[in-house]
Amino acid sequence: MADTMHFDLVSPERRLDSYDAREVRLPGAEGQLTAMPDHAPVITTLRPGLVVVTAADGAVKSYAVTGGFAEITQDGTAVLAERAYTASADNKAEVEAHLEAARRKAEEAPEEHRDAAHLLVDDLVQLIEDMV
Amino acid sequence: MPSLKDLKNRINSVKSTRKITKAMQMVAAAKLRRAQEAAEAARPYAERMETVVGGLARAVQGSESAPKLLAGTGSDQRHLLVVMTAERGLCGGFNTSIVKLARQHAERLKGEGKSVHIMTVGRKGRDQLKRFQPDTLGDDHVDLSGVKRLGYDDALGIAQGILGRFDEGEFDVATIFYARFKSVIAQEPTAQQVIPAQFDESEGEGEGARTLTDYEPSEEAVLADLLPRSVATQIFTALLENAASEQGARMSAMDNATRNAGEMIDDLTLEYNRTRQAAITTELIEIISGAEAL
Repeated sequence: MADTMHFDLVSPERRLDSYDAREVRLPGAEGQLTAMPDHAPVITTLRPGLVVVTAADGAVKSYAVTGGFAEITQDGTAVLAERAYTASADNKAEVEAHLEAARRKAEEAPEEHRDAAHLLVDDLVQLIEDMV
Repeated sequence: MPSLKDLKNRINSVKSTRKITKAMQMVAAAKLRRAQEAAEAARPYAERMETVVGGLARAVQGSESAPKLLAGTGSDQRHLLVVMTAERGLCGGFNTSIVKLARQHAERLKGEGKSVHIMTVGRKGRDQLKRFQPDTLGDDHVDLSGVKRLGYDDALGIAQGILGRFDEGEFDVATIFYARFKSVIAQEPTAQQVIPAQFDESEGEGEGARTLTDYEPSEEAVLADLLPRSVATQIFTALLENAASEQGARMSAMDNATRNAGEMIDDLTLEYNRTRQAAITTELIEIISGAEAL
């Protein structure tokens, strides 16, 4: 069994990162999930949150994503995020701007979408706290 | 017959025109390279998006719960044409060929008795369509003249506008018009239907593994989340292709203009020299005949 798999982080504008990883932790739509080599194929939408990747050499990198989806196959994980930042204090401002927009949207949202919109805001707040 | 001074002036003015077109050509070449790099960089996302959405679409096709963005509204009476052109001219037939394709499309749909509404991205296309299709051209126009570097946000804005109107039930079918970049000398005007989503049927056949994929939360939910993104991605790809095509078209147009100016300068110089010779000869004749008369 292979002990590494391929990890891709792709945004619409360019491929942000691509290397071999041992495990990838993802903020899946139905809760956190961790993809490891030989994982059963899954496609899941992502909530705003941290994507934490353990590279083949053991180094851990985390990225802040504000939504998107992930495609997990046996030999790789691809995260397709509309916006992704390296999770560091420097990039907090960008996510905060996103949060502001989400808050405004949540207030204007029609009744049936309001819960989802507020959930998104909560996730973003949590994400900003997680970014150190 | 133009005087020597006139000819000199004309040669100088053509020379400065040549300088300008030469400079524009070089600027376009540099911009083209950047546009191509941007289009290249965006490809992985677009390709993956297409395979995932395509696979999902095949899985839920025909099912009752298929989202409207995939299944359509059940009618194809009202069409929205999104015509994407450049903000600037001087790029050969680039804008005209996109507009021409859109016009033919609109005429055909009208001939079939369907209603057509046109939305424009880019000023040049709007100016042309105003002449040919004043009745179908709406007020909605996306101005990208202030955009230095095309970003996903620009595409997202356009996509959200279109999706919002689809949700309101303003149209049944949306088609985007742009030029696909083939090479510096060839850009192909293309019509692409984005709503309802269309996928290549044959592609992905025999990919048995795909059916084993789990979807979280569910196939329908993932698809409902991805289809709007897929529309935005398609628009983004189209914008990038368009940007590369525009620069390619401008580059070859300016190359032609530079070459033409060069030819013109050669012709004018020849004429200038001939006129000068003629003037000298006339002067000589005058002197000689004057001397003889003495």
